[in-house]
Amino acid sequence: MATPLLSIRDLCVSYGNITAVRGISIDVEEGQIVTLIGANGAGKSTTLRAISGLVKQTTGSIKLRDTELTALAPHSIVEAGIAHVPEGRGIFANLTVHENLMLATYCRKDRDKIPEDEERVFSMFPRLKERLWQLGGTLSGGEQQMLAVARALMMRGVIMLLDEPSMGLSPILVQEIFKTIREINQDGTTVLLVEQNANMALKTASYGYVLQTGEIALHGLSEELADDPAVRAAYLGG
Amino acid sequence: MITILLQQMLNGLQVGSVYALIALGYTMVYGILRLINFAHGDIFMISCYFGFFAACALLSNAIPTWLTFIATMMVSMLLTALVAVLIERVAYKPLRYAPKVSAVITALGIGLFLENFTLATLGPTPRGMPSLLPNVNYRLGALSLSSVQILIIIISIVLMILLDRVVQKTMTGMAMRAVSYDKTTASVMGVPVDRIISTTFAIGSAVAGAGGVLYSLAYPIINPYMGVKIGWWAFIAAVIGGIGNVRGAMLGAYILAFVEVFTPMVLPSSTYRDFVAFTVLLIVLVVRPTGLMGRVTAQKV
Ligand SMILES: Nc1ncnc2c1ncn2[C@@H]1O[C@H](COP(=O)(O)OP(=O)(O)O)[C@@H](O)[C@H]1O
Ligand SMILES: [Mg+2]
Repeated sequence: MATPLLSIRDLCVSYGNITAVRGISIDVEEGQIVTLIGANGAGKSTTLRAISGLVKQTTGSIKLRDTELTALAPHSIVEAGIAHVPEGRGIFANLTVHENLMLATYCRKDRDKIPEDEERVFSMFPRLKERLWQLGGTLSGGEQQMLAVARALMMRGVIMLLDEPSMGLSPILVQEIFKTIREINQDGTTVLLVEQNANMALKTASYGYVLQTGEIALHGLSEELADDPAVRAAYLGG
Repeated sequence: MITILLQQMLNGLQVGSVYALIALGYTMVYGILRLINFAHGDIFMISCYFGFFAACALLSNAIPTWLTFIATMMVSMLLTALVAVLIERVAYKPLRYAPKVSAVITALGIGLFLENFTLATLGPTPRGMPSLLPNVNYRLGALSLSSVQILIIIISIVLMILLDRVVQKTMTGMAMRAVSYDKTTASVMGVPVDRIISTTFAIGSAVAGAGGVLYSLAYPIINPYMGVKIGWWAFIAAVIGGIGNVRGAMLGAYILAFVEVFTPMVLPSSTYRDFVAFTVLLIVLVVRPTGLMGRVTAQKV
């Protein structure tokens, strides 16, 4: 088996005396969509924050190919190729849609490629093109989620981390956002997808991990997880 | 009467320009760190000394006066920026996640330190800023205006427009506004947050440094306590305009300067000046608690 693109080994993360993540290991192969599912408070967002360097691990390692990420500052982790769509979208309400997109290119060296990425983003999300000069804060929830994903595309990372992209969206928009995730993956971006919506996540991903109070309870191919009685009972409504 | 009004308006523009250059530093640092940098008035004072020493050193050479003036501005802006960045790194950065009150008290302490350090090393005797440029007086009818006055107003306005462009149009300015809104997400977008915060201190203080030299041209008496009063007025200007808002700081500075020059025309003693200024502050804050141009919506920090 080839070395994974992203590999997390024995990761532990604490907030003060609360241990949120207890020794998890996750592999993401290049070109895959891997999902991390689990109940509220299981430690999914903490795992993504650790990858992005927003929280420091107590022990463990996170590698993007050969680069150890745990030693890097958040902006260097972006430079290394991580594009993180944070929980709650993190749109800058005081910046225009265009500025939100441009900010995501802050540390890119290949400035000449930015216009073509912009075109790609606009063809994927025509709505954003219409809203380009509006402040981020004036967008609807669905539009903000599009913008959050669009920003991550503008970062042109090798792997995109998505933290509950379906949260707070109507069923139609949820379908749309998962369709977009598959498109992005088909265009060559590896995806690590965090979801509470286990049903959609397992349909979209090829491999899945189930996180339970900070530990990996189960992992396997998505179809197998979707058929697992324990997973069905706990996350798929029986 | 019209002449007196025009004359005072001109004076107000001059005073307001200097306040604006200082108010910008308060507002930029507040915008990015939610910290009222009470040391900023003393940073302005330090910049006047930098200007003084640079001017003295440069004047002994046979350089054209306008070049000396520009070089003095540059030296003062650069050194002031360096001092401010040093203060930020040493004193404020370790407190970034501490309660806000710790940082505010540190800022007050840094201000006192700067005053007393200057007092100890340079003594209490005021220094007289050498006149760098020939001060020509022009008469426009009954109106009198000096070349220094015109210079102060023009340079200040140019600097303010430049700064506004930087904040609104450049990648760095965009990053500043993003960091001001949400540091965590900014870092996830690849913005080097610490560097942007240092840049903000550097720019805000460099502008105050320019203000210091311009102020010293008009009022050439430099002493260790000169930053206190001007610092307070610039701070009030920033609050009136909406602290955190760059254009608001400029507006607030001119409003306050007009209060300062027009009050003595209406009310007998100049002691009413501070009274009127604070009344304006209170009225603005009662009517618009976030200042004239401050954001009304709740900030997510
Ligand atoms: N900033 C924080 N400070 C303290 N505890 C936190 C913080 N963020 C998350 N936690 C705790 O860590 C655990 C995992 O949280 P999180 O990673 O956000 O879970 P999830 O994303 O799976 O819902 C929870 O028990 C939560 O209360
Ligand atoms: Mg979460």
